[in-house]
Amino acid sequence: MQPIIAIQNLSKVYASGLKALDGINLDIAEGEIFALLGPNGAGKTTLISIVCGIVTASAGRILAGGHDIARDYRQARRMIGLVPQELTTDAFETVWATTSFSRGLYGLKPDPAHIERVLRDLSLWEKRDARIMTLSGGMKRRVLIAKALSHEPRILFLDEPTAGVDVELRRDMWRLVRSLRDTGVTIILTTHYIDEAEEMADRIGVIRKGQIILVEEKAELMRKLGKKQMTLNLQEPLAALPPALARHDLTLKPGGQDLVYTYDTKGERTGITALLADLAAAGIRFRDLQTSQSSLEEIFVDLVKERA
Amino acid sequence: MNWYAVRAIYGFEMARFWRTALQSIVAPVIATSLYFVVFGAAIGSRVASVDGVAYGAFIVPGLMMLSLLTQSIANASFGIYFPRFAGTIYEILSAPVSPLEIVLGYVGAAASKSILIGLIILATAALFVPLRIEHPFVMVLFLLLTAVTFSLFGFLIGLWADGFEKLQLVPLLIVTPLTFLGGSFYAIEMLPPFWRAVSLANPVVYLISGFRWSFFGTSDVGVGVSLTMALIFLILCLAGVTWIFRTGYRLKT
Repeated sequence: MQPIIAIQNLSKVYASGLKALDGINLDIAEGEIFALLGPNGAGKTTLISIVCGIVTASAGRILAGGHDIARDYRQARRMIGLVPQELTTDAFETVWATTSFSRGLYGLKPDPAHIERVLRDLSLWEKRDARIMTLSGGMKRRVLIAKALSHEPRILFLDEPTAGVDVELRRDMWRLVRSLRDTGVTIILTTHYIDEAEEMADRIGVIRKGQIILVEEKAELMRKLGKKQMTLNLQEPLAALPPALARHDLTLKPGGQDLVYTYDTKGERTGITALLADLAAAGIRFRDLQTSQSSLEEIFVDLVKERA
Repeated sequence: MNWYAVRAIYGFEMARFWRTALQSIVAPVIATSLYFVVFGAAIGSRVASVDGVAYGAFIVPGLMMLSLLTQSIANASFGIYFPRFAGTIYEILSAPVSPLEIVLGYVGAAASKSILIGLIILATAALFVPLRIEHPFVMVLFLLLTAVTFSLFGFLIGLWADGFEKLQLVPLLIVTPLTFLGGSFYAIEMLPPFWRAVSLANPVVYLISGFRWSFFGTSDVGVGVSLTMALIFLILCLAGVTWIFRTGYRLKT
């Protein structure tokens, strides 16, 4: 299937000489939620800004829905909605006016029913006649989303959508993103919060120093890089690991009460059955057992550290 | 053409105008009334008529030009500078709009506002002095041409400025002196020969002279020359704006 966004050999060097993006190649499939992860200054916002037409590329080509974003900018931009990272809103305009303004800007006929739906979905309906400057930061964030949704985009960019918002709004945002995806909207979000990517994304891209170092299905990424650990809580503490268990990747926690077994989820055999059999043979009994899987956060930290 | 976008920008800018109606309408009316009290009534009563026109009436076209110039520049420069300052320009840059549509929206609104103010001043003036307009079509033409040209000029300043200080700099240091020295309150021929020659290098002289001709049929320079100068300045401003959008100067990094 043709990707809805195709980024080819994209580079950006700012006038200051800073190389923000370095030969980016990335395809986004229609209807997916793609999370772009990366440390501060990695080039996430620059990448989004170029696709949306706010920053000009130094080299490379971008197609949105098959339209070149530079040559066929009208067709390309019509498809794209952007929620910027900074709370850049008007101050004196009302919520209703600013949302309707955005729709007009994108060349769409006024549609009060659609604007009403968007404002209601974002719990902004009660505030429709309020001036934006009287709203809280979280409400302003909602206004920015309403503006982006006012023109019914097929691709939505969310640049750090939940930076500095409270838990409730974060949950709302996640719910909204999922319901948008259900209507076929493709969503690209950048985030610092790994749990957000873990919770929502279908695919994850990691960007570091202007280069995409990894793009992977989330489930695949977790499976590939995720290590699982099984902790056995023993009935009787051990002074040292019995030689009978030496063939297993085991560590004994200080105190001798907990035995930790690390295994790879990639492998066909996890070795758990053999371990349990050896434990029984050695006469070691355990009270409790728990397994844990490394989170995306741990994976991410490992990745960025590894290549540093 | 994305007419909905032009309408959206135009409407947004006009809403700003009405929201600050006190500042944008009442202030110029009061300022003009003050000019009439000072120049028209107090000083004008001791000044003989100029070219057969009573002094109070003689200054009306110049006063209108003064407001037209300053209001066009102020409105257009602030209109585009503020989104750049506040960051809301991101939306304009990422929308499917062409430079022409952006200019039509912003410059169209700024020109509309200053024409409106010019007409209000004309109406106010009519309360103080008897007025006649001999060439109404030429008068409207000058009104339009000046409003559009100086709104474009203001738009350029708003794109160029990278601080509120620069936004004030050009109007304060260049436009206001040129307007006062451009014959708002006197005919150029009242000046000594040397200063008369210097004045001919001032573009505002041609605008005021042409505009005054449309009222009273008298002028410092030929009306054809005035129109030509106005057109040349319009073309210069258009070229400047085109260059900025071509290169993305101060708009995109």
